[in-house]
Amino acid sequence: MNMIRKFTLAATTALALTSGQAIAAGAEIEVTDYAFSFEGPFGQFDQMQLQRGLQVYTEICAACHGLEYLSFRNLGDAGGPGLPEDQVFAYAEFYEVFDQALFDGEGDFRPATPTDKFPSSNLANAPDLTLMAKARAGFEGPYGTGMAQLFRGMGGAEYIASLMTGYHEEPECALEGEPMDGYYNVAFAAGGFPESCIDDNGHHMVPGSWINMAPPLYGDDVDYADGSSTDLEAVSMDVAAFLMWTAEPKMMARQQAGLTGVIFLTLLSVLLYLTNKRLWAPYKNKKK
Amino acid sequence: MSQVEEHQGTRRDFLYYATAGAGVVVTGAAVWPLVNQMNPSADVLALASIRVDVSAVSPGTQLTVLWQGKPVFIRARTEAEIAEANAVELSQLPDRLSQNANLPDDADASDANRALSEDGVWLVQMGICTHLGCVPLGQSGDFNGWFCPCHGSHYDTSGRIRRGPAPRNLDIPVASFVDETTIQLG
Amino acid sequence: MAGIPHDHYEPKSNGEKWLHTRLPIVGLLYDTLVLPTPKNLNWMWIWGIVLVFTLVLQIVTGIVLVMHYVPHVDMAFASVEHIMRDVNGGHMIRYFHMNGASLFFVAVYAHMFRSLYYGSYKAPREVTWIIGMLMYLLMMGTAFMGYVLPWGQMSFHGTAVITGLFGAIPFVGESVQTWLLGASAVGQPALNRFFSLHYLLPFILLGLTIVHIWAFHTTGNNNPTGVEVRRTSKEDAEKDTLPFWPYFVIKDLFALAVILVVFMAVVGFMPNYLGHPDNYIPANPLATPSHIVPEWYFLPFYAILRAFDGDVWLVIATQWITFGIVDAKFFGVLAMFGAIVVMALAPWLDTSSVRSGRYRPMFKYWFWLLVVDFFVLMWAGAMPAEGIYPYIALIGSVYWFAYFLVILPLLGVIEKPLTPPATIEEDYNAHYAPKSDGTPVANPAE
Repeated sequence: MNMIRKFTLAATTALALTSGQAIAAGAEIEVTDYAFSFEGPFGQFDQMQLQRGLQVYTEICAACHGLEYLSFRNLGDAGGPGLPEDQVFAYAEFYEVFDQALFDGEGDFRPATPTDKFPSSNLANAPDLTLMAKARAGFEGPYGTGMAQLFRGMGGAEYIASLMTGYHEEPECALEGEPMDGYYNVAFAAGGFPESCIDDNGHHMVPGSWINMAPPLYGDDVDYADGSSTDLEAVSMDVAAFLMWTAEPKMMARQQAGLTGVIFLTLLSVLLYLTNKRLWAPYKNKKK
Repeated sequence: MSQVEEHQGTRRDFLYYATAGAGVVVTGAAVWPLVNQMNPSADVLALASIRVDVSAVSPGTQLTVLWQGKPVFIRARTEAEIAEANAVELSQLPDRLSQNANLPDDADASDANRALSEDGVWLVQMGICTHLGCVPLGQSGDFNGWFCPCHGSHYDTSGRIRRGPAPRNLDIPVASFVDETTIQLG
Repeated sequence: MAGIPHDHYEPKSNGEKWLHTRLPIVGLLYDTLVLPTPKNLNWMWIWGIVLVFTLVLQIVTGIVLVMHYVPHVDMAFASVEHIMRDVNGGHMIRYFHMNGASLFFVAVYAHMFRSLYYGSYKAPREVTWIIGMLMYLLMMGTAFMGYVLPWGQMSFHGTAVITGLFGAIPFVGESVQTWLLGASAVGQPALNRFFSLHYLLPFILLGLTIVHIWAFHTTGNNNPTGVEVRRTSKEDAEKDTLPFWPYFVIKDLFALAVILVVFMAVVGFMPNYLGHPDNYIPANPLATPSHIVPEWYFLPFYAILRAFDGDVWLVIATQWITFGIVDAKFFGVLAMFGAIVVMALAPWLDTSSVRSGRYRPMFKYWFWLLVVDFFVLMWAGAMPAEGIYPYIALIGSVYWFAYFLVILPLLGVIEKPLTPPATIEEDYNAHYAPKSDGTPVANPAE
């Protein structure tokens, strides 16, 4: 018990929450169960959507956030955004990377090549986005059983899209107390929460919490070459799908392997069942 | 009785063989990834092909780049060096094959078969002596080409072995021009 | 040699005789394969094979992962991502290994509860049971250290919490914790040694598996009736048993294949369901996840650890009696390990004259309550330690101890068990009429 308390304390300090604010454990979040093309056993990444998401990342997210585990060459991978080779080279050249081998080991910046990785985040408090879609679960419960994830998936992409669309006007209860730092977001759990929005039982009266990131998307933030919708929800889903791909680029291969494995093992099970039955037949005469 | 049993026997055998066969297939499918994972990974394979910017290499100078852990000499040759290389008769060469990975194995070692560009200016070759793998020195040796200090192999301005213990001309890797100032290796 | 009488290997050709006089390995394999196995074993007797398979799966995939993994605080997380992204099939191999741990524990819990129900731990199988408990402890250690290796947030802070348990030991706790970590906090020394031990322990497990099998091959398998195989003669034994190969091998393989269908579906379609999202965030000593939860298979014991806080009168009393040496924190640690110790002592705590729970009318209910209790504890362990959850965990923990320390000894005295069938053959024939020779069928046992 002591230890848990100690850690809760450490968490509170580490997240730099002002004193008196409730910790994240009590926060309810609103995550919309968006329908993504990659969901379900036969789901596929939508190549055009990944390319649009890449565009949103490049034009907006990349200002602060990095993708340090993703290589530029991955943009050309089959099953991913699938950029042609020359576009991958051209895209990589937008970025500068530090190369220790230049200048006889002193190192210098040079334009990136496809074998380089994306840069990491520019801001210390902007988390890297490569694995974000796996590092967050959009769905949980009920009652800590995890059943929601069993039926709806982990919800990483849904969480990201919901976070993008989750910026709302501050609720009335927040206006009563001291002004909050950051922006009210109904999908964000780990941020600050005003005392004035907690009722007598310690329950949060409104979902979400206050996030440091200013709303990155408002709708019509980008111009899509393919003429897709650029409203807030569409753009949010595009970038969420792209980040799901950066987090789990082998998802299609994995699902395919899973399906093949299930089919073959089912076949083997049936054969083994029949063999077993045949084998035991002399010893098992079901009683009438 | 015997007929019935025989009939059952074949059906039973078939079932047993089918089960064993399916078991072998599933096991094999499970073993293959365990073997395949030791093959070069995607990041290693990606480095099998690199692009080199040669805009800063003027005639008479050489750029040495590291490719797949080995040095590659990229030299812009002068008119004199090209002429010297062309003047050599094939009969004077210990190794009469081009050793050029871009050409058929039996291509002869004429300078045109060694140079990367039509005009003969660009010569791209592995910087590894074909004797025992030392890195030869540039613009030295008795033939104004490369000289391996380890055991004294002399290469000419076309990277062909002329004297010394090395058995072959310097190897030429798969290479091509992407644009006027960029060479792709691999 | 002890054991059920059966045919032994007879070397025939000169070559076989030559080898047999020098190394009787063929005989050993033969004896293992033809082992007379009670023919009434039900579907709860398949978990042993599943466990052997999973151990091999984990060792093989583990060795492969080590070819790409780097045990360094700056590179561990990235090397795992390298496996997931670049290594050929690496993502599948890693997900197999990751979920293989869960399969391992599903199987081991099923295996353990089967033993608890059918009294497999009772004499003369105490040694098999004790070795099994040792293996279970080793498994937990191995799984814990494996979870540290990806060096994510849960890896890092989970290590801090678990090694902190040892810090609760009076007087020497801090020294022990420092010794475990090789530093005052979790860092490179801890990662490196956990990597080393995570590689070593599975091989010790493999060795113990052989001893475990050796032990129950000596006593013979238990079976749903708890009645021993007749050893009076080979003929009698054959009436109760069938050889392990092919009858039980094929049966077990069928069960294994069905389980692997489910396993494959989990790996293919929801490989991260049993994991924690926070472990996809690189370890950061400066920020702790708001809610640290161990992997699901530790949760029942984690719940017991947390259940005994400073408000429980038993804890207060213990603290007072021991002059404060056993404080609430240490009490929790003792309770957690004690929960496993009392389980290991089951052979001596169970006083019943009947082995199998099938013939114990009262025991049955207490046993199923224990199973429910196990899941309740698992659930309570996942919930934050606030509100009603600590009370649920406390009630669950008390029942866990009560089952082993009070109920098992008492039941043997007050319960009036039914009469088990005289032989396995009798039980078997009650379910399946004998095929040809028209032996009269005994009365159904139930």
